[in-house]
Amino acid sequence: MNLTLKIWRQDGPDDTGGIHTYEVSGISQDMSFLEMLDVLNEQLNEKGEEPVAFDSDCREGICGMCSLMINGEAHGPEVTTTCQLHMRSFSDGDTITIEPWRAEPFPVIKDLVVDRSAFDRIIQSGGFVSANTGSAPEANAAPVPRDKAMRAFNVATCIGCGACVAACPNGSASLFLGAKITHLGELPQGQPERWTRVVDMVGQHDHEGFGGCTNIGECAAACPKEIPLDVISQLNKDLRTALKNGH
Amino acid sequence: MAGSTLHDGLTPLNEASVQKSDDAHGYYTLGDKLVDPVAPVGPIAERWTTRKFENRLVNPANRRKLDVIIVGTGLAGGAAAATLGEAGYNVKSFCYQDSPRRAHSIAAQGGINAAKNYKEDGDSTFRLFYDTVKGGDYRSRESNVYRLAEVSANIIDQCVAQGVPFARDYGGLLDNRSFGGVQVSRTFYARGQTGQQLLIGAYQAMERQVAAGTVEQFTRHEMLELVVVDGKARGIIARDMVTGEIETHLADVVVLATGGYGNVFFLSTNAMGSNVTAAWRAHRKGAYMANPCYTQIHPTCIPVSGDHQSKLTLMSESLRNDGRIWVPKKKEDCDKDPRDIPEEDRDYYLERIYPSFGNLVPRDIASRQAKNMCDEGRGVGPMVGDFRRGVYLDFTDAIKRYGKAGVEEKYDNLFDMYERITGENPYEVPMRIYPAVHYVMGGLWVDYHLQSNIPGLFVSGEANFSDHGANRLGASALMQGLADGYFVLPNTIRDYLADGPFEKIDESHEAVVEAKRSVQERIDRFLSIDGTRSADSYHKELGNIMWEYCGMERTEEGLRKAIDLIRELKADFWSNLKVLGSADTLNQSLEKAGRVADFIELGELMCIDALNRRESCGGHFRAESQTDDGEALRHDDEFAYVAAWEWGGDSLEGGQPVLHKEDLIYTAIEMKQRSYK
Repeated sequence: MNLTLKIWRQDGPDDTGGIHTYEVSGISQDMSFLEMLDVLNEQLNEKGEEPVAFDSDCREGICGMCSLMINGEAHGPEVTTTCQLHMRSFSDGDTITIEPWRAEPFPVIKDLVVDRSAFDRIIQSGGFVSANTGSAPEANAAPVPRDKAMRAFNVATCIGCGACVAACPNGSASLFLGAKITHLGELPQGQPERWTRVVDMVGQHDHEGFGGCTNIGECAAACPKEIPLDVISQLNKDLRTALKNGH
Repeated sequence: MAGSTLHDGLTPLNEASVQKSDDAHGYYTLGDKLVDPVAPVGPIAERWTTRKFENRLVNPANRRKLDVIIVGTGLAGGAAAATLGEAGYNVKSFCYQDSPRRAHSIAAQGGINAAKNYKEDGDSTFRLFYDTVKGGDYRSRESNVYRLAEVSANIIDQCVAQGVPFARDYGGLLDNRSFGGVQVSRTFYARGQTGQQLLIGAYQAMERQVAAGTVEQFTRHEMLELVVVDGKARGIIARDMVTGEIETHLADVVVLATGGYGNVFFLSTNAMGSNVTAAWRAHRKGAYMANPCYTQIHPTCIPVSGDHQSKLTLMSESLRNDGRIWVPKKKEDCDKDPRDIPEEDRDYYLERIYPSFGNLVPRDIASRQAKNMCDEGRGVGPMVGDFRRGVYLDFTDAIKRYGKAGVEEKYDNLFDMYERITGENPYEVPMRIYPAVHYVMGGLWVDYHLQSNIPGLFVSGEANFSDHGANRLGASALMQGLADGYFVLPNTIRDYLADGPFEKIDESHEAVVEAKRSVQERIDRFLSIDGTRSADSYHKELGNIMWEYCGMERTEEGLRKAIDLIRELKADFWSNLKVLGSADTLNQSLEKAGRVADFIELGELMCIDALNRRESCGGHFRAESQTDDGEALRHDDEFAYVAAWEWGGDSLEGGQPVLHKEDLIYTAIEMKQRSYK
């Protein structure tokens, strides 16, 4: 396949940046989208042009490191991570526009690489169970009903990639937030800190500059792990309860 | 004399080894024998308990005055940062990714073992210990493995308390399954994403400490040098990968929890960024690298589809429970649609050769036989070069037995993943699989306290030479990472730190200045070579050499050839590398260049280690050492030792590594040859 790529290039956080156009050839249908960029980068390197910077690591859809807006969609046209998107989703001669995640709390570091440390700070504000090492009770001391365990697991699969934010017209991270609130809120271990957790995490979310949720649902549609939209209902319900009870 | 490394009252069950053959003669020099100076004594079940009591304490007020650096934020590093932070030490945590949550432990699928005996099926600490030593082909230390089995049950308690959503049965209690040829159900799991859930647990525990101010987190930072002052590890030189700044971080103790080096093969199941640089820089500063040739090859990966490929994807080994593995009997059938090949023309080779274990033979055997079939010209799938690298994993019978819905329920996400990557529907056409490099059992040498031979440098998880020996079992890597991070290191580091407070050093210290200068010179050199080839192209070439000659099957001739090829490659790298861009910004080509330079040196040492070890052991098949019917043949009389290599200088300048042997002495388990026929 031969493709025309329109790629956002930005030298650094203070550079204004812009779209550059590249032709890339010799692309196979079996390549992942990132392998296609590897090929482009080899070709650029040969020509003496600096390769395009982009984030990726595990390349098997679980670490959450890869990003990319592809033709305006977070992770591209399939419901998956960019590393698991393959070139058979495109056709010979296509023009593909590639941009970084777009959201104010995710500033661009270089080219397609953004800073997602705001997510770490949201977790720091309460996205954990305070259990010191060595003080844990016997694992079977607190049974967890199977449906609750399943629900907790299903939402704990969030990989923290930020696609929900990039897809949201408001730049809200409510799906990310809702996934963690629901994961820990479904389990007995998460109960002692349940109400302070939601207040603190929402506070940090707003402080980072993420927008509010207006139930548009683009986040869930773009989520590569198919975190359901109703975690945001759970988030709102927990927040309401917590505030009502003075947390 | 047998038992020369043992202390009072223990009777070893095996003789110390005396090496008779020496294929690597001329490639290395022999150093002194090595003894673990803190090896425990006494009955095996009491060794760790006794040691925990013997290790000195640091009172809470003094902990605040002690600084700990931890490089790597996977299960071993993240858990250690969380635990040492909450204990009150000042912890600095480093990772090259944008968040600690990306560490590659997150990709582990299957599960984590623990001797909980919840099923009352005869499991015990001793049985887990026994299975692990046996599965490691008697190339691990028994005291370390026993400790691992002992703390395994605590790991599950800890993770559940953190909210890790393990699978539950209908009564709400934890569920278990059996895994990888073990006859008890001791594997705890969170669907096919156990690594992810365990890592998120450790990550959250660590972030809690970041908020509490005990852990300071440095993301997008890469350790490029170890600072050694008066023989002790006292800090690291790291590069801020965003600004390019070369930073000095000093501490009282340094922990490397930097994972494995499987990426030396270029194609592996490791993350793209997984590298050996931190460990290799420490090695060049004097830390011994032990058993570097021990690589675990995983039998069920998605095969290579072309030259462009950047990595290999693992398919859970659980697939072998129901899938039948075969290749065509006739070479001319290999490009046919497998559905058109009649039953009588199929060779279910594992069922044929190993009737009692069939498709469930251990990883090393399944891997090697797949390679043998492809080497015979009976591989399937696309031609890559002039070779087909794949065998069928066929679910037709399973679909007949359970129906499509039944198979879907068991393996759904794996089938989807396969289809996404290959574009083929595995419910209709048999899957294709091929072995790939997955995990390494070699790593920096450590004593029972996980301390390297450089005082103050501790190494945990996959980065150390491991408690597992040559061919570790499934579901034990996660166990080792968390055991080290949550329970072992915090107890052994305190004994070291009890010697503190240590003399303060600052950035003007000669050793610091020197370390920083060497980092800067190296970076300048990468940028100034201005040749024609990318770092990636060297990495690929190195990977091909390693896979061909130091992969699943090794020969003396092949390894000698590989060493020559690697030396040529190294010379070319340093004269013909091309790195564009500058050092004062994010520069991914520059990062790769540094990692590939270290992989090339490591690859050379791996081949020398493999050449020295003329025995087939676990996944490491030396063609010169096999039984009459072609099975792996170990030589306990010659090779029951840990090969700990000391840096002896650059081979291009005539340097040779120095081999120190540590005898493996068993007092609780008798060595036996494995058989799966």
